[in-house]
Amino acid sequence: MTTTTDDASLPAAEDDGLRKKRPAAPGPRPSGDPFDQDDLPAPPGATLALLFSLLAPMRGRVAVAALLLVVQQVAMQAGPLLVAYAIDSGVPAFRDHDYGPLVAVAVGYALCSVGAGVLQYGFIRAAARINQDVLLELRGRIFRHAQALSIDFHERYTSGRLISRSTTDVESLRELLSEGLQELIGVVLSFVSIAVVLLWLDLGIGAIATLSFVPLYLMVRMYRRRASVAFTARSTAIAAVIVKFAETMNGIRPVQAFRRERSNDAAFTALNTRHERANGDAILEMARYVIGSRLIANTAVAGMVLWGAYRVAEGTLALGVLAAAVLYLRRLYDPIDRLGMFLNSYESAAASLTKIAGLLAQTPNVPEPGHPTELPPRSGDLPDREVVFDGVRFAYRTGGEVLPAFDLRIPAGSTVAVVGSTGAGKSTLAKLLARFYDPTDGRVLLDGTDLRDLSTAELRRGVVMVTQEAFLFSGTVAENIAIGRPDATREEIEHAAKAIGAHDFIAALPDGYDTDVRKRGGRISAGQRQLVAFARALLANPAVLILDEATSSLDIPGERAVQRAMDTVLHGRTAVVIAHRLSTVEIADRVLVMEHGRIVEDGAPAELIGGTGRFAGLHRTWKESLS
Amino acid sequence: MPKMPAERTDRSAVRSLLRLWPYVRPVRVRLFTAAFVAILASCLGLVIPLVLKWMVDGPVADRDPGGVWLGALYLLLLGIAEALLFGFRRWLVARPLAGVEAAMRADLFRHLQRLPVAFHDRWASGQLLSRGTTDLMLLRMFLAFPLTFLVVNTATILVGFVLLFAQDWTLGLVLLAPAVPLIILCSLFETKYSVVARRAQDQVGDLTTVVEESVLGIRIVKGFGRHRSQARAFKAMAHRLRDTELGKARLLAGIWALITAIPELAIGAALVLGTIQVADGTLSAGTLVAFLSTALALRWPVESIGFLLAMSQESATATDRYFEVMDVAEERGAAAVREGAPATAPGMVFEGVAFRYPDAAPDSPPVLSGIDLHIRPGETLALVGGTGSGKTTLTALVPRLHEVTGGRITLDGEDIATMERSRLRELVSVAFEEPTLFSATVGENVTMGAADADEAQVRRALSVAQADFVHELPQGLDTEVGEQGLSLSGGQRQRLALARAVVGEPRFLVLDDPLSALDVHTETLVEAALRQVLARTTAVVVAHRPSTVMLADRVALLSGGRIAAVGTHQELLRDNAEYAWLMSGAESGPAPGRKFPAAPTSAPVQQVPAEEGSAR
Repeated sequence: MTTTTDDASLPAAEDDGLRKKRPAAPGPRPSGDPFDQDDLPAPPGATLALLFSLLAPMRGRVAVAALLLVVQQVAMQAGPLLVAYAIDSGVPAFRDHDYGPLVAVAVGYALCSVGAGVLQYGFIRAAARINQDVLLELRGRIFRHAQALSIDFHERYTSGRLISRSTTDVESLRELLSEGLQELIGVVLSFVSIAVVLLWLDLGIGAIATLSFVPLYLMVRMYRRRASVAFTARSTAIAAVIVKFAETMNGIRPVQAFRRERSNDAAFTALNTRHERANGDAILEMARYVIGSRLIANTAVAGMVLWGAYRVAEGTLALGVLAAAVLYLRRLYDPIDRLGMFLNSYESAAASLTKIAGLLAQTPNVPEPGHPTELPPRSGDLPDREVVFDGVRFAYRTGGEVLPAFDLRIPAGSTVAVVGSTGAGKSTLAKLLARFYDPTDGRVLLDGTDLRDLSTAELRRGVVMVTQEAFLFSGTVAENIAIGRPDATREEIEHAAKAIGAHDFIAALPDGYDTDVRKRGGRISAGQRQLVAFARALLANPAVLILDEATSSLDIPGERAVQRAMDTVLHGRTAVVIAHRLSTVEIADRVLVMEHGRIVEDGAPAELIGGTGRFAGLHRTWKESLS
Repeated sequence: MPKMPAERTDRSAVRSLLRLWPYVRPVRVRLFTAAFVAILASCLGLVIPLVLKWMVDGPVADRDPGGVWLGALYLLLLGIAEALLFGFRRWLVARPLAGVEAAMRADLFRHLQRLPVAFHDRWASGQLLSRGTTDLMLLRMFLAFPLTFLVVNTATILVGFVLLFAQDWTLGLVLLAPAVPLIILCSLFETKYSVVARRAQDQVGDLTTVVEESVLGIRIVKGFGRHRSQARAFKAMAHRLRDTELGKARLLAGIWALITAIPELAIGAALVLGTIQVADGTLSAGTLVAFLSTALALRWPVESIGFLLAMSQESATATDRYFEVMDVAEERGAAAVREGAPATAPGMVFEGVAFRYPDAAPDSPPVLSGIDLHIRPGETLALVGGTGSGKTTLTALVPRLHEVTGGRITLDGEDIATMERSRLRELVSVAFEEPTLFSATVGENVTMGAADADEAQVRRALSVAQADFVHELPQGLDTEVGEQGLSLSGGQRQRLALARAVVGEPRFLVLDDPLSALDVHTETLVEAALRQVLARTTAVVVAHRPSTVMLADRVALLSGGRIAAVGTHQELLRDNAEYAWLMSGAESGPAPGRKFPAAPTSAPVQQVPAEEGSAR
């Protein structure tokens, strides 16, 4: 008797999960796998394209913000001119009892001051609006895209990395946007205006100044190359830290019970130290840039002064021009620090955006159809629909075949139980029906319509799966049930809970259905969570209900209650039940025994139990286990 | 979304930031040196124009080539010194501050791991995570720039004002006049800004939680086709964060505008007054120019105060958020041995144990009360009770994941409250109902139960748990399991968790419904193997089914947080209606021979006794 049915329940059941792993590089810490390296490939240019696509819709607003900043700078620079005017014209006029110029200075200064303030206010708010809207869009894109990606993607990517993408990586773009625009405009303004002034003052000095941009450019290029490496390493390192952190906090019970604190401390310290080093490296790149660029700038200044001084000595350059040029020279290189800061935030953001672009470049391998079709209208009032597996074969991309081609027809309204040993393909069958995966060959049809042609909304009106892991989201119990149908009224929610026998325990919670599952008194046992998950599925009112080991944590009365409820719940519904507890199987009209991806027994429960096949043996063992 | 608002009792940014001192202390020398170097470099920057002026006025004007060379050399040397100092400042603090960030993160992680489970029940890990990442990054940046420049700029402003007063004290007073309203405005701003900054940081934490849950609950989201509504919910939240951030920007824009405009107005006033004084002949034009250029030079340091304050404020709230978690007391260690407490029998003894969750409303009934149980050495006790009767809570008390609030639990006569947790948890091994694995290899997950377990022990444990599927995995024991082990099936995870619990051959074993996800066949095999393990340990097994109960020598029925009955399976089946109901699902007591409503699968069912519970 080899038939064991302990496969499971998880959409990524063992067969899937592990066969998938096979291609991974050998050794316990595989390398080379882009997932392990946290380095999903992004197509070339994707990073810039992403940045551009985020900023393009804002270009009008960016222009307005830039204009505000330029005008503001002009207002600020008017001060010295007014001082000169006050001293040159205001004083003599005042002595002649002509107060006009002085009043003009007073009014002008007041206007400039207030204007600078108002423009400052306007610019900060405009810039913040651009910044926040870009971040909002980016966060939304990451989230939406991640949600559209398939389950096997998430199993490999882990929640920690996704958190890292949508928090720390988004944060670096935020830094770029909040200071970048200001820096960049300032830098460009200064460079251009001063270079022009210098060229105008003296072509030779201006030319040297312009020439000095060549080593500066090389310096910038080198910095960018090095910084890009450093920032990528940093982003990868912090993601690893987050993964470890999140996993530890989510599994705090076993961590404490198995005294993992110390070894976790050590493992975390290793990751944290790696991040610390990467972080330090990234900061030091900036220090290198500052030294290098300052050296170039200061050498150039010394060179230009020397050259100018000789020209003056030769008599080919006016002393006043040299004096003015020398005064401007210093200011020529003032913006290089700010350029450095801009590059710093740019490289940091670019490293993060590359990672985000890599995530966004992942294509969902269970895509929604471009032109969805609707399910045909139902014949009667009942929601049930017919399910057909038409020549369905399923293999992982890496080769391992889980289901050889098989055909199966489940008539509308019937309940089918699937049993079989580990790796028999039960879960795969369930996942194909729930469209967590698409078949390699063949079609899964719901009332004659290929699942791949249905929109998500239509698909979920058609098929809903309840799994063993009854995850509860933050929020109230009612909200958790309402995931089944977000527009459900409180009556409908309570009705679903009552139907499955969950109402009593929910009503006994401190705030009943409004109890926050994370707040005081919100502790809900595993069995109770399964009941909530059931209520959720009932509320969704699907045509086809898949129960993948959905009652494992219930006690016997609870399971009984669910089974009683199933009588009414499954009435007029097509159901596929995967269960180890054969009591659940008894409600089925038909039992399928699977082995190695094939259906080896198929019949009514009583018929199979009466026979001598695998199911009869299983059933006997189970009966014995109940004594 | 859970929010953990800080208790806002007269908090000041400075007091919050001062709490960073223990972390800054180790790097204080470098930090102060860096600040000093920053000042030095700024001064050098001021000297360079002087050299330029000297060159223009001296050697160049005098057509003195030697002097020009010398001047250029000076310029070059000063330039090199300036560049090196700037770089030196950054080099000084780069690694130490990365170190401060890392140290704070490591401490947070260390601390959180040692906080009671009750704390983690309340705190979404996203909130904890945002404290460990974005908040700490903010603090590092604060230490690197705003802190230094707050000091440097304040010093510059003070020195500047001394110079201004030295030049002309009446005009100096005019410039100083706006200081009072500005200080008042700044403090108003700080109060408002700290509230918004805190809200924004909390919202980042909430957002983190949603992202995390969207992955952990991806099967539900997908299974119900809810990814759009999930994305809408996320968007609504991200929108709230955006609005808060825009509120922050509005406040910042306001204060910055005032900080820009008001001092400018004062300079304008000084200019007009000065011009009049010059016209009256009471002030020289040169002094006025010098005065105003000093005032203009102070413009940047004054303006920068706006965002420096804002960053300080954000850092202060980040510090608050960090210490809010760090201040939660770690679990008590071992209590002192109570003198005079009567010795108890060997084995596992519960004496009048009561438990109430620390955050429960004071008037709510305790989850457990008056629990008296004695599990003799080598004995196995099954714990049976309805859904939500407190079974799992009771098992959590033994390894002190929760602390009893009344009575005591002793192991071989020793009160667990007086034991070091690590020693206690070495004695007691647990298999949880939800078999959480970690993203490590299968082998590492199993040996978690006993770090020093050798290969033979691991193999034995795996075979007890019928987890031989491990050997067929691509890399055997070295195969990585995914996040939370979710790449394995529920049954596989449960078997690995069981192997983990038994690998160290612990003296005491606590198993919470350890076979729920196993199929009948595997369950039978596991039971047979487990029986041998249980024969050598003292164990509590939470059971939902007769088959699991059969592992135990005796059964305790938990009902409404109390032990309702203790006895053998047969005794309780016979004498206790509730127990019979729990074990069979029948509506009333197990009257032997009574027929239950016939199941559709008629014939075979009727061959088994009714209480064995297969009938519908």
